[in-house]
Amino acid sequence: MAGTMTIKLVFSGGLELLFGNERNQSVLIPSFVPSDNSTHSSPSSSSSTSSSYNNTPSTGETKAADLEYLIYHLRDHLLKERSELFMENGTIRPGILVLINNTDWELEGEGSYQLRNNDEIVFISTLHGG
Amino acid sequence: MAPTSCSLCRDAKAILKRPKTGQQICKDCFFFVFETEVHHTITESELFKPGDRVAIGASGGKDSTVLAYVMKTLNERYKYGLDLFLLSIDEGITGYRDDSLETVKRNQQQYDMPLKILSYNELYGWTMDAIVEQIGKKNNCTFCGVFRRQALDRGAASLHVDHIVTGHNADDIAETVLMNIMRGDIARLGRCTLICTQGEDTIKRSKPFKYAYEKEIVMYAYFKKLDYFSTECIYSPDAYRGHARTFLKDLEAARPSAIIDIIHSGEAFEVKEEIKAAQKAQQTCKRCGYMSSNDLCKACTLLEGLERGMASSVITDRARKKMDAIGPAPDNIRTIPLFRSTPTIAVELPSQS
Repeated sequence: MAGTMTIKLVFSGGLELLFGNERNQSVLIPSFVPSDNSTHSSPSSSSSTSSSYNNTPSTGETKAADLEYLIYHLRDHLLKERSELFMENGTIRPGILVLINNTDWELEGEGSYQLRNNDEIVFISTLHGG
Repeated sequence: MAPTSCSLCRDAKAILKRPKTGQQICKDCFFFVFETEVHHTITESELFKPGDRVAIGASGGKDSTVLAYVMKTLNERYKYGLDLFLLSIDEGITGYRDDSLETVKRNQQQYDMPLKILSYNELYGWTMDAIVEQIGKKNNCTFCGVFRRQALDRGAASLHVDHIVTGHNADDIAETVLMNIMRGDIARLGRCTLICTQGEDTIKRSKPFKYAYEKEIVMYAYFKKLDYFSTECIYSPDAYRGHARTFLKDLEAARPSAIIDIIHSGEAFEVKEEIKAAQKAQQTCKRCGYMSSNDLCKACTLLEGLERGMASSVITDRARKKMDAIGPAPDNIRTIPLFRSTPTIAVELPSQS
């Protein structure tokens, strides 16, 4: 098994504005990540330079990559502005809906969901006018 | 985690956890319960009768887009016998409303409903862009709110409709309950949970999504792949509602039933008759004929302030008196059209696409 996974991302409901106005994106995520969700061993883009990933962080414990890690990764590497509108208290800000492969993340364990290659994660803000 | 099966049909894979009940349900059961609950809200409140002409206040946003779709679905499924129209207000906000109106025009085609767009410029002679240029970003929401409410009524009159439905959802109403409690506005607190309101001579207004959670409305739009527009108004900080909203979303995260609980609490408040009686009696505006609690209705007052270059001073009664003291209104102040007796109905019929 390769050391990285491709995760497809969709941002909508106005959330795309925080992510460079790109609704559909993808990221490469290491299969194992620091347990403290530190993302600094990863390159800072969604480009396909997977070879530069450091899959075995030199310090600290590791865990299988989960959605909680993905949220930190997106904040640190993909978010263009105002991270407080995306994250709050270590998770997604209330009012943003998350779907994992077309299923409400509340049915999939939320942040503890273990990512798999080619998963599609959809983030929809409900905080914009109706 | 193993896929959970639907707690209603016990067959298909659950795709949504309902915030109201905690039930885990599949896509088809979700569509069915969402639509059926709105149907029950409509029938239990006896909102409509056969033959009613109903305008859907359509902004192109998620709530009104889902409302238009669900109203069309229920009208066909349960044979309400309603004539449905889309009614959109163009506030004249470049880069915001012009884009969202494009969505409404697509909805007109998709849902095959007549559409009427009424602009602030047409009614008041001012766009919001021009208003903000004159008065700045402070207080501009006051103008927009008063102008939009009246524009919906006037647009509805021009369509000869009996009823306007809006996409206000459970989250919006719970927010308003909280805001009215925090502001101590007892009169509004008594009114804000009503599903249907009717002024002296205005058209009925109601909120069929009163008990529909925002989460479910957005999920419904997502799974039905409905076409909606989502961008914050470029002029709207509406900070007070923003605080109430953030607070409510935090409550919902801790206890999803909080939203419906707050609405029920709001409904349980009883405002004493003498408090209601203390509100000003309704009359009609001496300039345009719209219902009003003063000689001039709010829109005419705001418009006069704009025309006389004293816009920022007409928000309060005291400022209004000051303006009157300077002198009477010039003769050329615009009379805002009421459309009471318009014989023809100007709507854009959907063309075949």
